[in-house]
Amino acid sequence: MNITEIREKLDKKEISIEELYEKTKEHAKKSQEKLNAFVTITEKCEHIESNSPLNGIPYSLKDNISTKGILTTGSSNILKNYVPIYDSTVYKKLKESGAVLIGKTVLDELAMGGSGVTGHTGIVKNPWDQSRIAGGSSAGSAVSVSEGIVPFSIGSDTGDSVRKPASYCGVVGFKPTYGRISRFGLFPFASSLDHIGIFAKNVQDVALVTDIVKGFDEHDMTTLPDEEIKYIDEIKKEMKGKTLFYIKEIIESASTEESKEVIKIFKEQITKLKDNGIKIEEVSFNKQLLESLYPTYFIISCAEATSNNSNLTGFIFGNREKGNTPKEVMINTRTNGFSEMIKRRFIIGSYILERENQEKLFLNAKRVRRIVVEKLNELFKKYDGLILPAGSIAPKINTNEEADRLGEDYLILENHLVMGNFGGYPSITMPMGYVKNMPVGINLTCAAKEDALCLNIASQIEKIIGIKDNKKGDEKDV
Amino acid sequence: MYKAVIGLEVHCELNTKTKMFSGSINEYSKDPNTNISEIDLAFPGILPLPNKEAVKKALKLAIALNCETPDKVLFDRKNYYYADLPKGYQITQMTLPFGKKGYLEIDIEGQTRKFGIHQLHLEEDTANMEHLERESLLDYNRAGVPLVEIVTDPCFNTESEVITFLENLRNIIKYCDISEASSEKGQLRVDVNISMMKTTDTVLGTRAEIKGINSFNTVKEIITYEIQRQQEILEKGEKVLQETRRWVDDKKITVSMREKVDAIDYKYYVEPNIPPVAITEEYKKTIKEEIPELPIERERKYIKLGVLPKDAKTLVKTKEVSDYYEEVLELGGEPKETSNWLTTRILGYVNTKNIKFSEIYMTPKMLANMLTMLKNNSISTQQAKEICTICLEEQKTPEEIVKEKGMEQISDHESIKKLVDEVLNENEEQVKQYKNGKTNIIGYLVGQVLKASGGKANPGIVSKILNEEINKR
Repeated sequence: MNITEIREKLDKKEISIEELYEKTKEHAKKSQEKLNAFVTITEKCEHIESNSPLNGIPYSLKDNISTKGILTTGSSNILKNYVPIYDSTVYKKLKESGAVLIGKTVLDELAMGGSGVTGHTGIVKNPWDQSRIAGGSSAGSAVSVSEGIVPFSIGSDTGDSVRKPASYCGVVGFKPTYGRISRFGLFPFASSLDHIGIFAKNVQDVALVTDIVKGFDEHDMTTLPDEEIKYIDEIKKEMKGKTLFYIKEIIESASTEESKEVIKIFKEQITKLKDNGIKIEEVSFNKQLLESLYPTYFIISCAEATSNNSNLTGFIFGNREKGNTPKEVMINTRTNGFSEMIKRRFIIGSYILERENQEKLFLNAKRVRRIVVEKLNELFKKYDGLILPAGSIAPKINTNEEADRLGEDYLILENHLVMGNFGGYPSITMPMGYVKNMPVGINLTCAAKEDALCLNIASQIEKIIGIKDNKKGDEKDV
Repeated sequence: MYKAVIGLEVHCELNTKTKMFSGSINEYSKDPNTNISEIDLAFPGILPLPNKEAVKKALKLAIALNCETPDKVLFDRKNYYYADLPKGYQITQMTLPFGKKGYLEIDIEGQTRKFGIHQLHLEEDTANMEHLERESLLDYNRAGVPLVEIVTDPCFNTESEVITFLENLRNIIKYCDISEASSEKGQLRVDVNISMMKTTDTVLGTRAEIKGINSFNTVKEIITYEIQRQQEILEKGEKVLQETRRWVDDKKITVSMREKVDAIDYKYYVEPNIPPVAITEEYKKTIKEEIPELPIERERKYIKLGVLPKDAKTLVKTKEVSDYYEEVLELGGEPKETSNWLTTRILGYVNTKNIKFSEIYMTPKMLANMLTMLKNNSISTQQAKEICTICLEEQKTPEEIVKEKGMEQISDHESIKKLVDEVLNENEEQVKQYKNGKTNIIGYLVGQVLKASGGKANPGIVSKILNEEINKR
């Protein structure tokens, strides 16, 4: 069920908030063995009565978002027993709006990864095919919505960590403009790229939740001033004659059988959208720049991540290991607390920040980021939005073949969503079809601060494509 | 012949209400870990919120020290691991420090000297760490306290230059009200970099660094010791090592802590959570207007008003005394006279009693009133001295003392003329003698007038009026 449907049941008193909570909790618990989406499922119905449309609505929260008194692990061993002493702004706003927290969802360790298989509590599986990954890093959040456990979930998106798993799991995933939602309380991965994002069943629900959690926050200097609008109203406005573009080189980068299938669906949908009055043009973009997206992202994010996670030493919080000196405590805690994958990123990040490498690696990456953003900003003057396939279908778990990280599929088709983080653009992924019975998503990205426009066009696209409230075969609603 | 080349890094904790990036109270406390929050302790997900007041104070000091100031606020991260650093990085300023290329001007023995300020930046302090035999204790009260670091050029050659500079710097800091600058509370900490070079050389020698010195006296002892130590090494033809040394106070020596092989790479990069905020020329102007007249300006002004150079220095040494002095002048005190009374009588009293200047009972108004009485001849200098002492010791106003002690002099013209007329009328014989040329008889007549006044008449005025009146007869 989506938010509107649950709202109706609650308002008609067909079910009470407590009953709904209990049912949802049971559903979450039952799903654990099969999907492993949750690190923590809450014990009791913590609910503050309010007039908000989210009053009584159950939801899940990624386990890298600070919740006072509730275990928050970042899906890492180093924080496996960490209980925060303060609330993140996004959690506080949801709590005050009457939404009911069902559980904290699994992510790739410290949000670094795109598979959902690296969390300390194990692999998260895709509800559509349990032999496949859910995508990450907000794996558990995507799964909890896709499986129909909760109508919405809060995740975080540094490269594509909301929009990619949304595509793999057949749900809607939105990250608004950088600064639209406060990051206060979000465990930082790469501060200049980190966003809070929302998963839901449809664009309207995403708009509804964004209205609740958005806004200026005195605790986060990078938040934008408040707008006097509600996205839920904005998406209903009649907006015609919008012009979108897609990037030729990205479409042409598909080389595998599966990704070619995805492109075929994308092109069909483009035709359909055009038939329904949306203008769409093909635009050429420097291919070298597109190939640089992933390395650029990797350099900036690793550098920021190594600094951002330097607080994890076991002194004040976290899993402290023994040692004879403070330095030894720190080394032992970090050596045992992080997985190899994380340590590799930290070493790379540290190398990038070294004085002799900063210019060549870090500053050049920042320059590439700026060039990409300037080019996109230029295009956004002419077009209302960028429309692209969100990626291919979810890969199989445990395939020994690593993705060819230098192949075009990986470099371009699977990683272009990071452009949304480079420019802090509002960007939304929604279902557009199926390949091998797996959902695939279409992504729309608009100019910074044009969240209302983005959601409005997304709503139109959703209507035209006709896949809304995507239900996988065995889904059982409460 | 060798000469010492000394550079300083001065860390000064700002007296803001709250910490640099959190709402925790910025207050010295003996109870450990009481002024702390999730932000100071770097719990996952916290974000820094720069303290506007701290930004303003740091800029104020930069402007007061004649620095070039940037057009935007920008912070950087200094990345390193240490147990006293909760975030694993310190938010500081590297790319755009609040001050660059400034100087501090000091008048030394009639000569104006300029000491170069290389850089001034704002950052957050670390936690306080105490190492016991088997464990280490951490107090996070200090973590996140706003700290200004002032880096000088290597422009000092002697310990006395360094101390003069530090005293003047501390004065400016206090005048600008940016810090209490108390050494006892560790609010002012000095790192000394010192090397020796031949007077004929052009290249600096290898330097030793001594960090975190709390008292100026220790700074002096360290420099004296290091000059001697390094000179002895060089005279033996040996090499001074580049190292960090520690002062052992009971032995009065420095010992090596660690050799500095290569400078640590702090992997600085721009803090992404604090978007750059513009510093407008208008804002800088507002800050500039808030900077009070600085000690050197006041000192020069006082000298122009006729105050002895030595006393002018004493007056400006603390803003409190200087403000007191200026208030008395505003209430009509004569500059030199006021300076004399303040520096000798009042400050003398403060020093002998070992009390704080702020604790004295005598207000600027009281001193001004007393000086007015003295000027109007309603009290004598001797009486004024007595009043001053009683006022300070017994906490009575000069007016009360004058009344109690019946000290008031009769000095108004009319009253004295009346007494003179009476005496002249009663002593016709003596007046006659005077007219016949025995002019020294006037002394007797003055004595008679004073006697008639009960000793309260002002002798000078009496003599003046008597001379006038007797000649009229």
